[in-house]
Amino acid sequence: MKKLLALLLALTMVFAMVACSSETDTSTPSTDEATTDGTDSTDATDSADTGDSTDSGDSTGETVAASDIKVGFIFLHDENSTYDLNFINAANAACENLGITDFELRTNVPEGQECYDTAAELADDGCDIIFADSFGHEDYMIQAAQEFPEVQFCHSTGTKAHTQGLDNYHNAFASIYEGRYLAGIVAGMKLNEMIEAGEITEDQAKIGYVGAYTYAEVVSGYTSFFLGARSVCPSATMEVTFTGSWYDETAEKEGAQKLIDNGCVLISQHADSMGAPTACEQAGVPNVSYNGSTISACPNTYLISSRIDWTPYYEYAITCVMEGTAIDADWTGTLSTGSVVLTELNENAAAEGTQEAIDAAMAELEAGTLHVFDTSTFTVGGETLDSYMADVDTDADYTPDTEAISDGYFHESEYRSAPYFDLRIDGITLLDEAF
Amino acid sequence: MHKHTKRFYISRRTELPWYRAWAIRGAAIVLALITCAVVTMLLTGENPIGIFSTTVYGAFGTARRTWVTIQDVAILLGISLAVTPAFKMRFWNIGAEGQVLMGGLATTTCMICLAGVLPNALVIVCMVVTSLLAGALWGFLPAFFKARWNTNETLFTLMMNYIATQLCAFFIIVWEVPKGAGKIGIINQSTQIGWLPEIGNQYLLSIVVVAVLTVAMYVYLSRSKHGYEIAVVGESLNTARYAGIKPSRVIIRTMVLSGAICGLIGLLLVGGINHTLTTTVVGGQGFTAVMVSWLAKFNPLVMVLASALLVFLSRGANEIASDFGLNQSFSDILTGIILFFIIGSEFFINYQIHFRKAGEKEA
Repeated sequence: MKKLLALLLALTMVFAMVACSSETDTSTPSTDEATTDGTDSTDATDSADTGDSTDSGDSTGETVAASDIKVGFIFLHDENSTYDLNFINAANAACENLGITDFELRTNVPEGQECYDTAAELADDGCDIIFADSFGHEDYMIQAAQEFPEVQFCHSTGTKAHTQGLDNYHNAFASIYEGRYLAGIVAGMKLNEMIEAGEITEDQAKIGYVGAYTYAEVVSGYTSFFLGARSVCPSATMEVTFTGSWYDETAEKEGAQKLIDNGCVLISQHADSMGAPTACEQAGVPNVSYNGSTISACPNTYLISSRIDWTPYYEYAITCVMEGTAIDADWTGTLSTGSVVLTELNENAAAEGTQEAIDAAMAELEAGTLHVFDTSTFTVGGETLDSYMADVDTDADYTPDTEAISDGYFHESEYRSAPYFDLRIDGITLLDEAF
Repeated sequence: MHKHTKRFYISRRTELPWYRAWAIRGAAIVLALITCAVVTMLLTGENPIGIFSTTVYGAFGTARRTWVTIQDVAILLGISLAVTPAFKMRFWNIGAEGQVLMGGLATTTCMICLAGVLPNALVIVCMVVTSLLAGALWGFLPAFFKARWNTNETLFTLMMNYIATQLCAFFIIVWEVPKGAGKIGIINQSTQIGWLPEIGNQYLLSIVVVAVLTVAMYVYLSRSKHGYEIAVVGESLNTARYAGIKPSRVIIRTMVLSGAICGLIGLLLVGGINHTLTTTVVGGQGFTAVMVSWLAKFNPLVMVLASALLVFLSRGANEIASDFGLNQSFSDILTGIILFFIIGSEFFINYQIHFRKAGEKEA
């Protein structure tokens, strides 16, 4: 027993010595220490008012330096999720571009009370503006916004800000349906190439799509993708399956495999794991990805990917705080704000002339001469629509409240940033609607 | 023939005075913290003092953090208390996760279906009753099968977790808002119907409930006839039968109690804290509770310390992970290191290592 104790003691001392010696070695002071204990170790001049609400007044015109702004970010998962990685990259890029040095990234924050706790902790730590990235964070961000009126809360993908009436709570989204449409053109070109090469007949030009839920964002996404594909390949049809989860690698892989077995010759997805792209690479089926390029994992089948670049929004909102101006309650990023982007086109897999076709359509979309949801290009139940009441204002009953079709097209993301196109158009078959 | 002599051998300890046992545990925790500090240092280049102060800041840095920490301790402690009576009678209930979820599901059902139908006070009464019943049912089923047909309770309770998770997933889709979102969102956010009343602040209610529960469980296990029967059934079924105790009755009664307490925690989680239901609302604490209960040797008062230590470390490690820009898995690594040392220390408490001097003959 004595020997054991002696051994333990010896070990303890060794560890202690290692610990102490390296303590003197690391001469760089812990920056996080300084910031979390109040700002007194930085600029002594402004430290008094960064903590409390004096700098929050609406449009006082006073500009706050980037070094005095603290920004908090809340993410649902960490960088292993393509969805969150897209947000994390944008957060880092925006802070770097604006010269923000004091920001906190909180990953793996679930869509529950922890979201409120985390937001409140960030506010306690002196954050001037706090972002959250997942739809389910919304209610908790609102709760925190009510408690901290001097802090700005910005929630991506949410739907309630434009009716909530809080000055410090904001939503943002982007017209990603335009990006999907362009990605759909890439898919359509690929289908045409396969038809010309005799690999498939015109009737076999069937696209498969792995979705998460039958949520408007997903419906809007696969419909715009399909319309893009059909604009260049008129015989295209599509089958959609849902996984019931935003991130379920196995279910997404199985979903993609099921579609491939059903005879789908091209796959795209709206879910956050590598499940569908991996299944496509194994089966040698072309894949249009989402949220970022998957070319490194799928060099033979990856065609292109559309994604929302959140950097412009982060920069816009943080700049508003710095300049003391009000942030839009509901902000929609577009192709021209740089929010909707296509990642690198895989020249090896995509059809010839694809880049030119994308450029032409993008120019038309930006000019407003082409509309993704042009009612002359699709039918619902065999009929062309001239009126549709969409559920835009979030209320208790989720009733349709806003006329979305005018001037011959469905006005997506105009009355609210988050998508509300939820029509089931002809040509798309939903294999299941359980979710 | 050459006789191979081992350098050391291991023997079982007869009995260790309590202070030496605790000294070994203390040393294990200290060593664990040092190991964590070294690992963190190697990964971040920060000095250990900074790392420890960040840990403390993460758990107790502000009033809110302290409250949240205590609340988290309360929830983990509550689930640990729930599984303890079953463990004490050697019934391996690893279904706490599902039992808590069922309590939460019952609570959610009342909050959604009874809002506007009954006055708020009655809704809350229904929530309490149904959550206790739902948890109790999830505890009763494996106990009944065990008592009747001697089924394996470990597998049975484990499977019940999946059924509970799938049931929750199903009802979340039924009640999802808006259509297709796969989320319920905060229930009755504007009317607050079915929200458990706040006492003092939003964190205190769960803490008080679990504090009362801790004392009650301590008395129940160590002072009541039921507690004694549980101990006897755990020691030996034959002794129990000989003493006139019906093991099947004790097993079912204890598991119903276990499940009901889990249901109560589900009520606190959904009605008092989250005000929503997700399939991950319990977050694996049903399994962590097994560890807490074991570490504390089924003593409710020691469980307070064990759960406090685990929650403190996980919140502290979270803070380290986000402050030093590490992946969230890092906090799991730290928790793993600490549990490794704590569980390892039990080995040194139960066994003794004897070293032989070179040349000494084998005994």
